Amino acid sequence: MADDEKTTRLPTGGAGADGVADPDAQTVPITPPRPAAAPDPADEPKPAGSQPPAPESSGSLSSGSESARSESATAGEPAASEPAGEPAPAAGPRGSLLAAVAGANGSLLAAALRQRLTGAGAIIAVLIALLGFTLVVQLRSNTTDPTLATQRQEDLVRILSDLEAKDKRLRDDISRLENSQRELNSGAQGREAALQAATERADQLGILAGTLPARGQGLRLRFEAVRKPIRAEALLDAVQELRGAQAEAMQVQGSDGQAVRIIASTSFLDKDDDVIVDGVRLRAPYTITVIGDPETMRTALNIPGGVVESVSGAGGTVIFSPAGEVDVTALHGRPTLQYAKPVS
Amino acid sequence: MIAVFALLVGVGLGIWLEPTVPVGLQPYLPIAVVAALDAVFGGIRARLDGIFDDKQFVISFISNVLVAGVIVYVGDQLGVGGQLSTGVVVVLGVRIFGNVAAIRRHLFRA
Repeated sequence: MADDEKTTRLPTGGAGADGVADPDAQTVPITPPRPAAAPDPADEPKPAGSQPPAPESSGSLSSGSESARSESATAGEPAASEPAGEPAPAAGPRGSLLAAVAGANGSLLAAALRQRLTGAGAIIAVLIALLGFTLVVQLRSNTTDPTLATQRQEDLVRILSDLEAKDKRLRDDISRLENSQRELNSGAQGREAALQAATERADQLGILAGTLPARGQGLRLRFEAVRKPIRAEALLDAVQELRGAQAEAMQVQGSDGQAVRIIASTSFLDKDDDVIVDGVRLRAPYTITVIGDPETMRTALNIPGGVVESVSGAGGTVIFSPAGEVDVTALHGRPTLQYAKPVS
Repeated sequence: MIAVFALLVGVGLGIWLEPTVPVGLQPYLPIAVVAALDAVFGGIRARLDGIFDDKQFVISFISNVLVAGVIVYVGDQLGVGGQLSTGVVVVLGVRIFGNVAAIRRHLFRA
């Protein structure tokens, strides 16, 4: 009990008397509170230099003692330790506030450390330290881990369902876009195919109309006059027979190399010993170049009573060149249609 | 004063050790911190009022943390953990505001 008396006395009276920088007094609060908190009066001599001058020291010591007293009040020493003659009730909290504000001040720090730790004070200190610790831990985990790891379960479920809905929406988008891409592709292909078909058709029609040169398997027929000149009707017969044998392109050439493309409207006229084909006068011998199936055409011309026989009977001869690749190079100008108009 | 040092020590330990929060504690730690803050501010106010009591502070600190944790736990079990933790934070925030207002009146007389 005497020990208790001492400890209660020391923070109030001793703090005022002791030097702030007393080395022994500094070690006191760290050691277990009750027994060690009693410094000997012999330890009181204070080192010079670390201590403020006397008048100032009284002022600082008074504030220090106030803070010390308030600390002791918080530290669980109940009202018994508080002297009845306390100067001003509001001064104590203010002093402790000053001490808290000037926490970095060495003398105040030492004064605070010099307070004894009672059981409740230690628990409070541990709790506060725990609070600071968890505060920092939580702050760090919040700042360093902004991902989903800190979310709670229902939030995660909601996020997941959100993401699934978004995923589904995006998948729908993808399939829709793929569909339209496919449609556009097929449209482009269709257009291309139509263009190709049209071009092909235009080529075929150009060959048939004589506006395009042509090359292919075919024959060359040479009509030579032996006793009598070749008549226009003989040439016309030959052309008709070749058409019947599915000839696809023809031209007729005179001896001077001039060539005329034979089309649907080509005309043959006799003029003296020569033949006028589409207004061009050609001299014998005439060479018809024809593209088509050679065997069919040769057979068609050679049938009894056919072109070859009639030409031979009329005093001429027809000479077949061997079958092979032939060129029909003569062109017919584009016909100008005066009356006929396309229907559709 | 000791409390301030203890706080600094705790913060220092937290920075120095860099622990990771266990997964099981993750929903409860922030609530517990807020509850403890409420207790601390209440303690400061009581101190300024001159009615501070150690035992009361310790008990209120621990019970605040425990009750907040239990409320959130029960809410999680009931499937309303998010809403209940929001409610706890709101209540504790209101109390902290009240305490801080009292502290402010003490310190600045305003």
